[in-house]
Amino acid sequence: MKNIVIIGGGPSGLEASAQLHKMGYNVILVEKSPVLGGHLAKWDRLFPQGISAKEVLEKMISQINGVKYFVEANVQSINLLDKSYNVILDNGITVLADAVLFTTGFELFKAQKKEEYGYGIYERVITNADLENWFRTKDDRRIIESPKRIGFVHCVGSRDEKAGNRYCSKVCCATAVKQACEIKQEFPDAQVYCFYMDLRMFGRGFEDMYLSAQKDYGVRFIRGRVSEVAENIDKELVVKAEDTLSGKPVKVTLDLLVLMSGMQNCADAVKVAAQIGVAGRENDGFFETKDSIYSLQNSTKPGVFFAGACTGPKTLPDSLHEARAAALAIHNYLIDKK
Amino acid sequence: MIYQGKQKIWSDYQKDIPDDHYFYVRSCIRQNLFPASEKTFLDITRNKLGKDFFETEHHTTCGGIAYHCDAIPQETSMTIIARQFALMHKYGYENYVCSCITSFGLYTETLETWREFPELEAKIRENLWKTCKLEFAKPKYLAHASDIIYKYRNLIAAQAKYKLINRHTGQPLRIVEHIGCHYGKMFPSKSVGGAEYPYVLAGMIEAWGGEVIDYPERRHCCGYGFRQYHVRSNRGYSLANTHKKFESMEPYKPDMIITNCPGCPYFLDRWQYVISEMEGKTYGENGHGIPVFTYEEVAGLVMGYNPWDLGLQMHQVGPEPVLDKIGIPYDPDAKYKGVNNKDLGRPQLPSCGCL
Amino acid sequence: MGKFGFTLNPSSRIDLDKVDREKFNKLVEIEPDVLKCMACGSCTASCTAGKFVKTSMRSAILALQNGKEEDAKEFLKGCLLCGKCTMVCPRAINTRHLILSILKIY
Repeated sequence: MKNIVIIGGGPSGLEASAQLHKMGYNVILVEKSPVLGGHLAKWDRLFPQGISAKEVLEKMISQINGVKYFVEANVQSINLLDKSYNVILDNGITVLADAVLFTTGFELFKAQKKEEYGYGIYERVITNADLENWFRTKDDRRIIESPKRIGFVHCVGSRDEKAGNRYCSKVCCATAVKQACEIKQEFPDAQVYCFYMDLRMFGRGFEDMYLSAQKDYGVRFIRGRVSEVAENIDKELVVKAEDTLSGKPVKVTLDLLVLMSGMQNCADAVKVAAQIGVAGRENDGFFETKDSIYSLQNSTKPGVFFAGACTGPKTLPDSLHEARAAALAIHNYLIDKK
Repeated sequence: MIYQGKQKIWSDYQKDIPDDHYFYVRSCIRQNLFPASEKTFLDITRNKLGKDFFETEHHTTCGGIAYHCDAIPQETSMTIIARQFALMHKYGYENYVCSCITSFGLYTETLETWREFPELEAKIRENLWKTCKLEFAKPKYLAHASDIIYKYRNLIAAQAKYKLINRHTGQPLRIVEHIGCHYGKMFPSKSVGGAEYPYVLAGMIEAWGGEVIDYPERRHCCGYGFRQYHVRSNRGYSLANTHKKFESMEPYKPDMIITNCPGCPYFLDRWQYVISEMEGKTYGENGHGIPVFTYEEVAGLVMGYNPWDLGLQMHQVGPEPVLDKIGIPYDPDAKYKGVNNKDLGRPQLPSCGCL
Repeated sequence: MGKFGFTLNPSSRIDLDKVDREKFNKLVEIEPDVLKCMACGSCTASCTAGKFVKTSMRSAILALQNGKEEDAKEFLKGCLLCGKCTMVCPRAINTRHLILSILKIY
């Protein structure tokens, strides 16, 4: 029986595990955190229709029955032995893998790097992930009882060379619009502002979501990147941007500011991959695929595969497609290898 | 405001400031506006702390005001600067420290421009030789004088007679620190603490017992803006910017303002009078303005210098409320007495009671 | 200019804290489609009057949202109600009804 090690127990890792297991392979899934699910486990609802993240995750986990998985486990070392990879985990387990699949996903841009936005300095500045956590738990002291003015800053650590990430993180626009509507549901009296550069509403139902944010929720979209944030004596946030559509600077005082932190490749995954000569692309840091159209699930090394956001920002459905595609790519590889 | 968040940023912007042996250059205008600040700097560094700070009467303006007013081209100011650096080299120094923020900004800008355009550096080298017959040199280290006082802030605290504490309440004085635009905004890595949350003056305030106020417009320009002030029809812009800052800091009820630039203390001080005349508004206690100081003046005060020897009688907004709070003794009758008790004359009292 | 020869210059910045939303909310009530504008500019590009005097539907909507009511009216002053902007609007905003509603309220 062929062994397949899957690194990363988020949505891509779970879906690929389920598919490969059904195909009859011996799957070993490795997850560094104490729970499966990756970022999905920390999310409340999913765009564009507001489906519960918990339900989606439960469905995925129910599909991996019979898969061997380890949580709180890290890949300590990985190296090529003849035609298979010797994978040693820090919990003492060693696997000789016929194929290795990276489903290591992304990590959120650290918003405190954008000094001018004051994350970690001003009390009422939070991130998209913080807000999602609040939707789930209603527990965050930074969100006051009844905020009247709420702002969202798109492209935090995305499309920003100075922050080290030149690319678009793809999902933040849709997330911001989703969260803007959801927070308006929580606080119907609040005025919500979205500061954007371009609105990238590419997916099915996304444009409807945008239209609904405007028309049903009265969200005000201001085309201009926030230049600086300050805190006044009442701990309110004074936000400055340009309204580029009128060509004038704009100022607004807010009770809550949400930073849409973008995606970047997972630093731990980069270290593991480096041991077998798999590297990130120079201009964005995400793993380099074999080509950019036809073989997106293949790495430049035989037997090493990718699925999900480790090769660039992706939506959840994108990641699931890739997981299934990766399962097929691995299956084909193992057949050809015989 | 979460203090630990700022500390994290400060740790990213620290520079290794040499401890001793500097070539010191004065500012063109500070000796008129704040006449004892530079003298106090040299007295503290040389006589109180025993450091080597050399100055020569041969150095001139850096050309900064003319450059920023578009009166001279950049190449001219660069040649003037090359001459100052050459003087430093001639007198055997490698560390260059200037009293003026605009000079500091122009020096850093010049060094950076030479790095980016070596052909321009070659041309300036030639200009220097043609005009002055001096050998071109660049400083090994460039500092602003406030970096030096920041570096010595704990040595000064160790010798201090007073703390920046309100003796009536026992609370730290609430202090606005205003950093000149040319200090860190152009090249944040050349500053202590970066441009968003500069630490150079905040560090002094903390070391001497005061409390820093973070108000929304703390990063904003004092309003000077060179052309905005020097052309009279533009002065309303200068004033509007200063006004914006005072409106923003007003709710925090600051006891005093500390600055590290020649222009900033002047405009933050003088425009308070103009605003009170135009708008009938003052920002300090009891219809008084908010006293504004240079960092050397504050260093001098905590070390126990006589306020009138520090030139505080030259301020538009009188410093007395701050002296009273700290408990620094002063002789009101001596305020307008110069050297050998010479009468300096008294200013006409403006109606706002700023004095 | 007073005794100084200059005065405190006013700021041209848009201060959203000072926008009185009462009239705008009334406008939304009678013409909710005002919220649908995505500032594509096709109204302004197609405007007959706009080629001669500054006339712009999308700028007028933006000005109202920014609390610049006088500017908004200025942007509509040259309008002939010819209806070309209604024809080109991708969000199907009834610009004729919107313009008449703005004039009614402001």
